[in-house]
Amino acid sequence: MSILETDGDRLLTALRGLLAAKGIATPQEIAERIRITEGGSPAQGARMVAKAWVDPAYRALMLSDGARAAEQLGIPMRGAPPLGVLEDTPELHNLVVCTLCSCYPRAVLGYPPFWFKSAAYRARAVRDPRGLLTEWGTVLPDHVKLRVVDSTADYRWMVLPLQPAGTEGWPEEKLAGIVREGDMIGVTFPAAG
Amino acid sequence: MMLRPGTRVHVKNDWPETRGPCHIRTPHYLRGETGTVLRHLGDFPNPEDLAFARPAPKLPLYHVRFDQPALWHEGRAGDEVVVEIYGSWLEAAL
Repeated sequence: MSILETDGDRLLTALRGLLAAKGIATPQEIAERIRITEGGSPAQGARMVAKAWVDPAYRALMLSDGARAAEQLGIPMRGAPPLGVLEDTPELHNLVVCTLCSCYPRAVLGYPPFWFKSAAYRARAVRDPRGLLTEWGTVLPDHVKLRVVDSTADYRWMVLPLQPAGTEGWPEEKLAGIVREGDMIGVTFPAAG
Repeated sequence: MMLRPGTRVHVKNDWPETRGPCHIRTPHYLRGETGTVLRHLGDFPNPEDLAFARPAPKLPLYHVRFDQPALWHEGRAGDEVVVEIYGSWLEAAL
């Protein structure tokens, strides 16, 4: 029988047993890593974005060291790749893709959406990014420059979008509620509601 | 040699995948293209070695900006693609 035909649960049990027996990872370490991985979700990134909108010092930290900014909100980053944060401005819109595979800032955004890994998204994000955005309903004003960030190596990238008009003075928690996964990849903009 | 921000660089027009098994983090569409170094992101073990469990010396990793329409001969003037590229793939452009 080949490894591809082996029962998955038995294979996993055997692998966990070997990792423990060889002193590579204890069952506690594996459980902790699963807990951390499952804690990653777009809600975490949304908390960071909302805080950056209301707190200039936090925004500055987030732009200079995304991982430290995440840790400051209690998001575990140990063992995660460095996190780069791309700041949208009224003149610049950022869009993230990984043309080679599916590099994604999982600690702060969770598992990537299915389309992020699709060949169509990966190819079109670099070849025809404005056409791609239009299909998302995202139309950039004429004067706005588009920066496509192809995540190819050791960094992971998230977008810090512009705070939408009509949300001035909102509390942080309410702001976090309007920030979606796609807003932090750059395929969409957050909207007031 | 460290590449300074603003340096014009040429991505090597090299195709290791034609010579045998390899793991390359430099996208096809940038090989042979010219861009500008935005900044040094840090030094990281060479993934081309890591993938084969070989000793992996650290390499400088750069954020490099490319003119997007120039890559495809279409698109909106001024748009750009920014990519992480290891120093081993870059040569100073003349």
